[in-house]
This record gives sequence, C-alpha cells and structure tokens, in this order.
Amino acid sequence: MASLIACPHCGPRPKEEFTVRGDAGINRPAPDAGKDAWYAYVYLRDNPRGRHKEHWHHTSGCRRWLVVERDTMTHAVYSAVDAAVTGETV
Amino acid sequence: MISGNSHGAPIMRYSAFSVFLNALRGNTTWKPAWRSPLPKNHYDVIIVGGGGHGLATAYYLAKEFGVTNVAVLEKGYIGSGNVGRNTTIIRSNYLLQGNNPFYELSMKLWEGLEQDFNFNAMVSQRGVLNLYHSDAQRDAYTRRGNAMRLHGVDSELLDRNAVRQMLPFLDFDNARFPIQGALMQKRGGTVRHDAVAWGYARGADSRGVDIIQNCEVTGIRRENGRVTGVETSQGFIGCGKLALAAAGNSTVVADMVDMKLPIESHVLQAFVSEGLKPFIDNVVTFGAGHFYVSQSDKGGLVFGGDIDGYNSYAQRGNLATVEHVAEAGVAMIPALSRVRVLRSWGGVMDMSMDGSPIIDRTHIDNLYLNAGWCYGGFKATPASGFCYAHLIAKNEPHETGRAFRLDRFARGRMIDEKGVGAQPNLH
Repeated sequence: MASLIACPHCGPRPKEEFTVRGDAGINRPAPDAGKDAWYAYVYLRDNPRGRHKEHWHHTSGCRRWLVVERDTMTHAVYSAVDAAVTGETV
Repeated sequence: MISGNSHGAPIMRYSAFSVFLNALRGNTTWKPAWRSPLPKNHYDVIIVGGGGHGLATAYYLAKEFGVTNVAVLEKGYIGSGNVGRNTTIIRSNYLLQGNNPFYELSMKLWEGLEQDFNFNAMVSQRGVLNLYHSDAQRDAYTRRGNAMRLHGVDSELLDRNAVRQMLPFLDFDNARFPIQGALMQKRGGTVRHDAVAWGYARGADSRGVDIIQNCEVTGIRRENGRVTGVETSQGFIGCGKLALAAAGNSTVVADMVDMKLPIESHVLQAFVSEGLKPFIDNVVTFGAGHFYVSQSDKGGLVFGGDIDGYNSYAQRGNLATVEHVAEAGVAMIPALSRVRVLRSWGGVMDMSMDGSPIIDRTHIDNLYLNAGWCYGGFKATPASGFCYAHLIAKNEPHETGRAFRLDRFARGRMIDEKGVGAQPNLH
C-alpha cells in the first residue's frame, strides 16, 4: 500500500487517515432480486491480483467516501475520486 | 537404514545412528531429502500449491489412502509461501462445533508427526496463554474453555496470580488493560514451520509423489465439464483429479475455471527480534489488542499482530501496522521497548467471509478446493492435509472436516468464530 492517497478534496494525505471498506464494484441488489443475487452481494468477491477499485473513507480528513483505484500486487495508487462523482456510492 | 522407494531411489531413514554413521563418513553420503523430477504427462491427482497444506495432502494421499501417482505443483520453491512465513503457533482452543474437533485432530496429528514422517519438526508443546483483561473477557474465555473440555480438549482458566507466577514480566497493572488472568491450553505450542514443509515433502516424495518446484499453473483445461489437466510454465500436465491448495492465490486459480470465491486476499506481517536469553517460555497472546509472541530456540522473539486490512497479494505490508504491533507488544510486555526487531515480512492470507476454511468439492466433478484459511492455516496443516486427502481419495468429506463446505454461506451455515460477519478484514 502506498503511503499517500491523493484525496480530491484535501490533497495527498497519509493513508493512515483513511479507512478501507472494500470492493467498490459491488452494487446492492434490489430487495426482491432473489437469493442468488443477495448471496453474491454479501459473500462473493472478485479479489483481483492487480488493479482494484475500493471504497476508502477519509475518516481523519474531509470524511468523504472515495473510490480509490490501486494495484493489489504493487500497492501503487492510480486514482482517488469522490464516490458521489463516480456514482459508485455505498 | 537405507530403504528403497517406489522409484528405486534410496531414501535414508533419519536417526541418531544415521547421524553418527554419517559423521564417521565425513557427512559425504547424505542424500537430498526429495527428488527434483520432470513432470510426467499424466497424474491421477495434481495438487496446485506446494505449501504446507498441499504437501501434507500429498503425504496423506500416499500414506493413508494409497494414492501415489500424485504431483504437487509449486510456482516458487517449497516453503516460500505461508508455511515459511507464519509465527509457528499450534493450538486447538476453538469454541465452535465445526472448528473444534477439526483443530483437535490437527493437534493429535502434530503430537505424533515427527515419528510419523521421521523428521525433526521441533514440535514444542510449551503452552498457549490467552490473556484476559476484563470480567466480560473472562466469561467469554470461560465459555470457550468449557466448550473445549466438552470436546475433550485440555484447557485451564488461570487467575492473575497463576499467570504472574508463570510470566512475571507482563504489565499486570496496566491502567487501561490490567491483566486478570488467562485461558491456557498446555498442549498448544510451536513447531518449526520450515521443517513441516520439508518433512511432508520428504515423506510424500519417498512414497512416489512428484514435487515439482518452479512450476506455475497458468490455466486449467476442461472437456465435457471435467478437468483434464493444467497448463503450466513447464507445459501441459494431464490429471484425473485436480486439487487446489493455493492459499492467498486461491482466487487467481479459481478464476481459471470461472469460479468466484467468498475470499479476499490480505497481507499479514510477522516479525522476529534479535536473539535474547531465554525469556518467554510459552506462547502468549494479548487480550486487549492483537499481539502474540513466543521465543525461538535461537532466542529471537517471534511475534505478530493483525492483518493490514486492505486487499493485497504483495507479501509485504505497511509501517503503520508495524508500529501498531510494536505498541501492543510493549503494552503487554514493557521490557520489549528496547528490543530490536531484526526482520519483518508479509504473507498473503486467503481471508474467508466467516473466518473459517473451505475443504470441499466444487461445481466441477473432479475439481477440489482447499482455501480460506485466513491467518490460522499453519496449525491446521496436518488435519487439513488429512481431511483433504480423504475427500480427494474417497470423494466424501472426513467427519471432522464436514462443516467446511463451500455452500455454507449460501445456506446460512457460517462458522464465525469471532462473530463479526462477512467482513474479511475484521476476522
């Protein structure tokens, strides 16, 4: 994990200011989507080796939810955008 | 002293006498502990992953179930993954029904392991103590200790004075986390982890198993809904059954057959200090934070803490976690404050969604899965290998591994020892 995450609101900040929630690519299914969709949502993960988009919360900064794209093999951070901008909200 | 194996290569039985005899010969007649064969065209069983679990599976397949036409494919070298990266702790102090008998089977196998595979794994039952720091934690440990006893596992609840007699150097009067006592499992302890890999490798090899190192699986070939073999960095190798034991890389291998797993890969760090005189006799875990420590025979303190918390395949972690682990250690043992850390390293943990493992068949008839060990896989090595070998050989689960089904998440039968839900970085 890189030491810094470039928060779109606060600039480059130490990653210890952030809290990771996990995979940003999972969308909550409709209440009546059925058992399989809910099972996949709660339990199954892509868990890629390489580029991965995740939700990180800038807990000790602006307190905004961000979508951070980083590499799980090299720990490089490619981008960090506000989750509201990308539409990939929690 | 010298006996032949199925390939005619002499293997030497290790004993005090063989050490003496070889010393007289100037130590010139020792043989390699296992062969380095070229892969055959086809095996009855291929195991993907030459870690502790893969090697143990191969060993028990050959020894207990008579399946010897087996290859273990390892992308690196034997012992380069988690089996050589853990903090070497063994214990069977589990609470839940599905877990406890399994880990106790593992403990019993540890107890007879060195005689069984004729290798010195330095099994040391020095006792594991889990400290408690509040009335609520004492009650939770009492419950766990009682559950262990109901399963026939040894456990003892120690009060503050009993712990003080054993471990006088702990910070008993820490203002925030005073130590009230500990749950002890005397039969718990440590095992030399490299020797576990080597012992199983040697035992499997001598029974005809091919251990093929530097052989990375890059694809899985299927025909008519069955696996026919694997593409590897050393070419195609056919198989009758394919058994995955790829730990932190389970998702990468499962992707080759479009199987999505309830697993995230996370990094866990471990540490060793400079050598010290004998200081800590047991394995001690901190109940107010995540910290565990023991002392190796060389004198180094071997310790670790929590996972870093973000998905990673990198086998290295962050300094913030190093600092956190050090703080927890010093809070438990103030004398550690001036001890220098020699090395730290990371391993990739296959964190499952309920913190418990998976040993099961899959949607493909001749494909088997062993994964989801979180950061508790080392202690499970013998039972994991035994139960997985049973499943592969007989096509039905061993009775102690029955609960570790892949479909338990869909069926609501989670085994959540810690009770935190489907959040892998909290297990």
